[in-house]
Amino acid sequence: MIRKLVRFLDQRTGTAPIARKTLRYLFPDHWSFLLGEVALYCFIVLVVTGTYLALFYTDSTADVVYHGSYVPLQGQHMTEAYRSVLDISFKVKAGLLIRQTHHWAADVFVAAIFLHLLRIFFTGAYRKPREVTYWLGVTILTVTLLEGYLGYSLADDLLSGMGLAIGNAVALSIPFVGANLGALIWGGPFPGTHAFFARMYIAHVFLIPALIAVLLTAHLVLVALKHHTQFKKSPRETERKIVGVPTFPGQTPRSLGLMLGVAGILVLLGGLVQINPIWEWGPFHTYVSTNGAQPDWYLGWLIGALRLMPSWDWTVGDYTLVPNPFWGGALFPMIVFAFLYLWPWLERKLTGDHAFHNLADRPRDAPLRTAVGFGVFTWVMLIFMAGASDRVFVFLGIGYQTQIWFYRVAIFTLPFLAAYVAYRVCVELEAGERVEHDVEAATREAKTERLLRPEEEPL
Amino acid sequence: MKEGLRKLLLGLAVDAIRRPAPKPLRPGERERIVPDGPPEPRGELLALALLGFGTVCAIAFVAVYVTDRIPNQTQFLGLSLGLALTSFAAALIVTAKKLIVTEELEEDYPAEEHPEEQQLVVQTVHDSGSRLTRRTLFKLGLGTAGGALGVALLTPLASLGPVIDMDPFYGTPWKGGRRLVDENGRPWRAGDIEEKDFYTAFPEGADREQLGSAVVVIRLAASDFKLPKEIAAYPAHGIAAFSKICTHAGCAISLYRTPLFPPYDPAPALVCPCHYSTFDPATGGTVTFGPAGRKLPMLPLYVDGKGHLRAAGNFDEPVGPSWWGVRLRKPSP
Repeated sequence: MIRKLVRFLDQRTGTAPIARKTLRYLFPDHWSFLLGEVALYCFIVLVVTGTYLALFYTDSTADVVYHGSYVPLQGQHMTEAYRSVLDISFKVKAGLLIRQTHHWAADVFVAAIFLHLLRIFFTGAYRKPREVTYWLGVTILTVTLLEGYLGYSLADDLLSGMGLAIGNAVALSIPFVGANLGALIWGGPFPGTHAFFARMYIAHVFLIPALIAVLLTAHLVLVALKHHTQFKKSPRETERKIVGVPTFPGQTPRSLGLMLGVAGILVLLGGLVQINPIWEWGPFHTYVSTNGAQPDWYLGWLIGALRLMPSWDWTVGDYTLVPNPFWGGALFPMIVFAFLYLWPWLERKLTGDHAFHNLADRPRDAPLRTAVGFGVFTWVMLIFMAGASDRVFVFLGIGYQTQIWFYRVAIFTLPFLAAYVAYRVCVELEAGERVEHDVEAATREAKTERLLRPEEEPL
Repeated sequence: MKEGLRKLLLGLAVDAIRRPAPKPLRPGERERIVPDGPPEPRGELLALALLGFGTVCAIAFVAVYVTDRIPNQTQFLGLSLGLALTSFAAALIVTAKKLIVTEELEEDYPAEEHPEEQQLVVQTVHDSGSRLTRRTLFKLGLGTAGGALGVALLTPLASLGPVIDMDPFYGTPWKGGRRLVDENGRPWRAGDIEEKDFYTAFPEGADREQLGSAVVVIRLAASDFKLPKEIAAYPAHGIAAFSKICTHAGCAISLYRTPLFPPYDPAPALVCPCHYSTFDPATGGTVTFGPAGRKLPMLPLYVDGKGHLRAAGNFDEPVGPSWWGVRLRKPSP
């Protein structure tokens, strides 16, 4: 049976040599190498659930009156888009399950990419010859943030409308061209024309997923061409020799198991843990907003940055050079992503290391990188936390303005402290290892000597 | 007959469960690629049990789906499908850990580079261009044509929206004499507006979704106002109206902080819940905290003979979030 299939395929495609090599392609083994895989499986779940949702969603902003089964909204004016998402939640059988699974998958997708990025960064896996793989990965992250934001916006409930208003303000705040760009995207001033939702929809369900798929393919092809990095777990792993489990039989059931496991957990979350109950927020109108609004977690750093910025537009005479939302909503993420894109080059400049690297570092092996990375991480995390200060006020009663002032100072001081601490910890850990190593060597030596001269053995 | 059927079923069951004996290596047979390992009958049974449980869960999912509207259907659907997937996953993990030989092989990393091939690529490109005599000019021509073509292809994008005409950004539906109405279209009376509360109003008969439409209306003691000269006459009988759209990021200002307890809430303030930009109505909507870079636009009011609130003109500032040209013009009166 298998012999027949292989023969059939080889005769028609000539791929038996490639298949044979692929089956024995080696995967170095470490739990942290699975984070990227988790992201990949989330993407698959997103495409499957998203396609299902697209079969029911309507991208129209036409005004309709709700007569569905959810009583509190009956008789209310809303857009057709919002009504279609309500219907997916209440009318379509299994619709709510798929919608919530889709939303959970998006949140876990970005989380997995983020953790994958941290792993790549702190182990130096982005170094030559894998910079392009890394840049593709960082690009996938930027595109994914936009994709998640668009999906969240398409529901057209109150929170998604508020998110769009903020997105519009950030677009408008781009120096020299902001309003023109905003007018292009929205078809005019906010809330824009009816065409805007159609534009968002095609971007969310086709343009951006296709772009992610292309970037992802390129990312994986490059990983395969250059092989995965590995940790030095034994003397067998070197810069030239890779040690790992072959695709078949070793890796295949693991990867398939992980895929089904990720899908299973996302479906369990989608069925059992409520996420974004859009019927509770109600329809969006430009003149309505709600207190305590928070975006999906992966935009928390941007809301934090927008909130921390003091009241300041940069103006020259009557010309507004930089309106305020630009600082937190555009410049801040641009700085973070510029750092991520430039870091491999920056590190080469700082360390003069132009060599090929197939062995991944442990964070302590490169104190400078770990310190810089931890400093930047602390900076972004503080700003992320600042985005939650209104919730902290509600739950803990610490004054909102007090917190904002604390963060305004902290983001310029604590990252340096964090970097210094990280550096010291790395250096101390390394020193400790050296001492341990020396003690071991000395003990071994002493033992050997004793073996040679047994008459000196103390009683 | 019955006996025969029973024997057949029993035989089938035994065949399905028992493990075939390993075949002895025949002479001339190839060496193994994947090494052999000892059998793991318990692992096999565990994997099979997990697959069986997964099957039950998958069938349960179909059953829950077909059952019409049971309570908590979403939860049961998620539980059954999720367990079906995770138990299938667990079976595969058991397979990987127990039933398959875990090999740790080694091989060489791919070559760092291929200098010979690189040379051949460069030479191929180089040799191909040897017939060209005006190389720089040719490159210039290609670049220019490519650029022009790119611009031409991008031009239709301008149809997406008004790129040059910025008038819509300054426009609002307000003009002198327009009545302020509530959400149901009823005109607001000056007597309806009380201190320490705030109200949303719209221009009568206008599109409410336009950013320039909605205003918040509040009342202060007339002596509390500390307005600059240009807008000193904007309030009517202590009633003031401000654009409801925050000048920071365009959210609706839906919080009104009134000094119920003066040490805690120092002064009345209009607050946007998105990024907590805080505006002081007494001074005409100036920013007292938060990120907004411009004051809140204020709408001049008067009270007509019937006690209805009417606009006495347009806002003093452009409405909504800022852009490069926002300070160049005022909304037309």
